[in-house]
Amino acid sequence: MAANPMTQFEVYRIGPEIKIGAFDISFTNSSLFMVVSTLAILIIFNLGSKKNSLLPNKLQLLSELSYTFVSKMISDTAGSKARPYFAFIFSLFMFVLFCNMFGMIPYTFTVTSHIIVTFVLAAFIFIGVTIVGFIKHGFGYLKLFVPSGVPVVLLPLIVIIEIISYLSRPVSLSVRLFANMMAGHTMMKVFGGFVISLGIVGGWLPLSFSVALTGLEILVAFLQAYVFAILTCIYLNDALNLHH
Amino acid sequence: MIKKKLFQCVLFSFLFIEKVFSAESGGMPQLNPEFWISQIFWLTLTFGILYVVLSKLILPKISANLESRKSQISDNIEAADKQREESEAKLREYEEIVSKSKIEAKKIFDQAREKALKDIGQKIEVLDKQIDEEIKKVEDEINLLRKEAPAKINKIAIETASELTQKLIGAEVNNSSISAIVDDLSKRSGDKYYGN
Repeated sequence: MAANPMTQFEVYRIGPEIKIGAFDISFTNSSLFMVVSTLAILIIFNLGSKKNSLLPNKLQLLSELSYTFVSKMISDTAGSKARPYFAFIFSLFMFVLFCNMFGMIPYTFTVTSHIIVTFVLAAFIFIGVTIVGFIKHGFGYLKLFVPSGVPVVLLPLIVIIEIISYLSRPVSLSVRLFANMMAGHTMMKVFGGFVISLGIVGGWLPLSFSVALTGLEILVAFLQAYVFAILTCIYLNDALNLHH
Repeated sequence: MIKKKLFQCVLFSFLFIEKVFSAESGGMPQLNPEFWISQIFWLTLTFGILYVVLSKLILPKISANLESRKSQISDNIEAADKQREESEAKLREYEEIVSKSKIEAKKIFDQAREKALKDIGQKIEVLDKQIDEEIKKVEDEINLLRKEAPAKINKIAIETASELTQKLIGAEVNNSSISAIVDDLSKRSGDKYYGN
């Protein structure tokens, strides 16, 4: 076996160790790909929005299509009230998408394959959405846990279930993305290892699997970013419109 | 007893899950908390920068671009609509002019025709009148001639008769007697000769 399929997820320091107090905030390969993704997004969208021609060039078309795609996604799921959160959801979608896509390049590091990254994003969304809900509806936001039209006998049980499902949102949101990315990359690595170990005679089968998996993983990379963004929209919709 | 041990094992492994995984080689590096703080820090930093730059600089520009394109296109469509309406109005005007001039032309033609007919009628009338006059004149003349004719014929008859008698019998006959005979004859059979 050439390599452990989990070594690709190892984080290592690039450059010197940086410490603020007791906290180690060294620049790592994970940080590198966060920076790379951010820069790529900023460069592409900056170039895409620089010139405004009636017939857009490729980058402009790309940025405008992404804009209308995310805009439509938000208005479809959360309505017009979610307009102020457009920039956040757009950044979120693009960040996750670019991190996932950069992870598809061989020898790179997938930022979103780390539970801590996805969990921080999901926890931030969860806390933000909860704050937005309480600001918009005050304590009326707690009505979210009391669905209308439920028999009184079942109500305590339903409320407990609702609260648990609400609290598990950040977990499900973060684990979904992290597990998808990790499983996909691990599987590709395993098949890649099979190619090596089976050699030139039997290696063709896992190689073809690897090729197919690469396509699937690119799809998953897009899909998970989309799911992440659309679930954020749905949570935001709950907080803004409060119809359960 | 076994159940209890198993439960303890599960609990233990959950409590020390990160230690269990990171301790083994081939565990999940994701559960190694060594760089968690670093990852959180860099995530916050990069995502924060991304959000600020996108929301303050780039997204407004894209939105403005889209808006301006939309308005430009709608402006152009509006202008095209306006021009089409204008051209339709012009076409209507043109058709109106054509139909009006057609009606006018017909009117003029009708007038000319009427006038010509009237002229012709007048001329015919005048000519008819003239012809009638001429005919009347000639008839008058004829009538006059006809009226005068018996007297002349009588005279000729008298003269002829006197000369004839003179030649035939050599005797002079009184003209007045002859004229009485002729008058008598002409009165008796004048109708036969002159048709009066």
